[in-house]
Amino acid sequence: MKTLVLFCSALIAAVSGVQAAPAAPPLTRLLSDTGLFAPGTTTTLAAGVVPFSPQYPLWSDGTRKRRWIALPPGTAIDAARVDAWEFPVGTRLWKEFGYGHRIETRMIERLPDGSWRFATYVWNAQGTVATLAPEEGAMVEVADAPDGRYAVPSRNDCVACHEGGAVPVLGFSALQLSPDRDPLAPHADTARREMTDLRSLAARGWLRNLPQEFLASPPRIQGASATARAALGYLHGNCGHCHNAAGALTGVELVLAQQADANARSAEQTIASLLGHSSRFRPNGTASAQRVATGHDGDSVLTLRMKSTNPLARMPPLGVQVIDQEGVALIERWISTDLQTQAH
Amino acid sequence: MKRIPLEYAILVVAVAATAAVALPARAQTTAKAAETTAEKLARGKYLVTTSGCHDCHTPWIVGPKGPEPDMSRMLSGHPESATLPPAPAPQGPWIVSASATNTAWSGPWGVSFTANLTPDAETGLGKWTQRNFTETIRTGRHMGRGRQILPPMPIPMYKNFTDADLEAIFSFLQSIPAVTNRVPEPLPPSMPVAAK
Repeated sequence: MKTLVLFCSALIAAVSGVQAAPAAPPLTRLLSDTGLFAPGTTTTLAAGVVPFSPQYPLWSDGTRKRRWIALPPGTAIDAARVDAWEFPVGTRLWKEFGYGHRIETRMIERLPDGSWRFATYVWNAQGTVATLAPEEGAMVEVADAPDGRYAVPSRNDCVACHEGGAVPVLGFSALQLSPDRDPLAPHADTARREMTDLRSLAARGWLRNLPQEFLASPPRIQGASATARAALGYLHGNCGHCHNAAGALTGVELVLAQQADANARSAEQTIASLLGHSSRFRPNGTASAQRVATGHDGDSVLTLRMKSTNPLARMPPLGVQVIDQEGVALIERWISTDLQTQAH
Repeated sequence: MKRIPLEYAILVVAVAATAAVALPARAQTTAKAAETTAEKLARGKYLVTTSGCHDCHTPWIVGPKGPEPDMSRMLSGHPESATLPPAPAPQGPWIVSASATNTAWSGPWGVSFTANLTPDAETGLGKWTQRNFTETIRTGRHMGRGRQILPPMPIPMYKNFTDADLEAIFSFLQSIPAVTNRVPEPLPPSMPVAAK
């Protein structure tokens, strides 16, 4: 009898192991067919689509951005790992970019096999129809864009940023949606009621297994000052998706991502990876360079690369042509005040 | 004479039989792994040799038989000790120039210097992972997510290598002698200032 039970168990395991996830349907040609909008419109959100706004947004050449998420009915995000949320199959997120008028809307979607796929839809000049962009990206004439040209990313470009960390979803996390928003965060939207945050997500039933402590005391970057908190948040939102301790670039040993979990001591980890480290990147004509050079204004590779107009040197390497002057000023202020003090 | 209980005798026989089967199997597995590793390294060396990697990543010198790769600096990239004057201006259809070492190239993209592919931790690929290497070749971006890899690196051709080929190449590169040589950053073509 025992042998029979073991045999049946093995058979079931073998069968379940070879069952393939159902194939995902191909990407739709029109954004209006992705579920973002109510049927027949390109302006009214579909039922169940929820807007959100991260407290530390990515700088994208000054474009105005709007963001939304939708989960399949009856599903929820597993938030047990507070800094690596597990999204249900069928999750979709959209992000719209524009200069007063809509230029493109990007979408990422979790497929039945657990992988994620990325797509970009480009709006027509009238802003009435958005069509799937080619996989290799596209260059669009946009009068307000730098040099009048706007680069729509390729799928490889999407993957480069989104698959460099623990979770491909960026900007929708416990830290980014904390109700304890940072008042000094550059380029952040003002919180509005319709924008979901950590508490409203939990109230909606979209989060399960989130430790209650994060609702009672929402995540907050542990900076030594208000400037330090905002600077660490800026680096998290603009650099941490690649420069983190868990993803593809761990060999670079530069940790700029912050954790909602205060026990991770990520602020300390970031400062330790910046101070006292020579940079592998050496500006041409220099024999040495420091990631952060306290006491030598302008010599930190961290800000030199943020300020560079050289596409082979600037950081981030994707999606940026225009220097973020407000972001640079914040990081330089942090280096010359907090880090200067900590280095000595 | 003391009799051995039947259960004990069965257990001893079973253990002996298992060991007789398992130990040679483990030895076979170890031998197979070593053979596989050796095959992978040989395959990687073959691909590196036949795909032209030495042409640009090993500095050339003029030897008794003319220009040839300096294998004492195998795959260590553009020598940091080299001092180069500005590249000659392009004239007519001649738009690309190369240094005598074949490691510095000037063209419409700017000036590129070939990378140190040896496993030196600070100046080569010593801290790279297989994923970093594969994604670099697949995407044409440094470590799969940084700046673009510049000509003359034949990314459009190399990105078609199979995963197994790229694993073999990376394994071989990680096995060669490390050379400390910090290759300079590429120089951009003249460009307008984009800040506003």
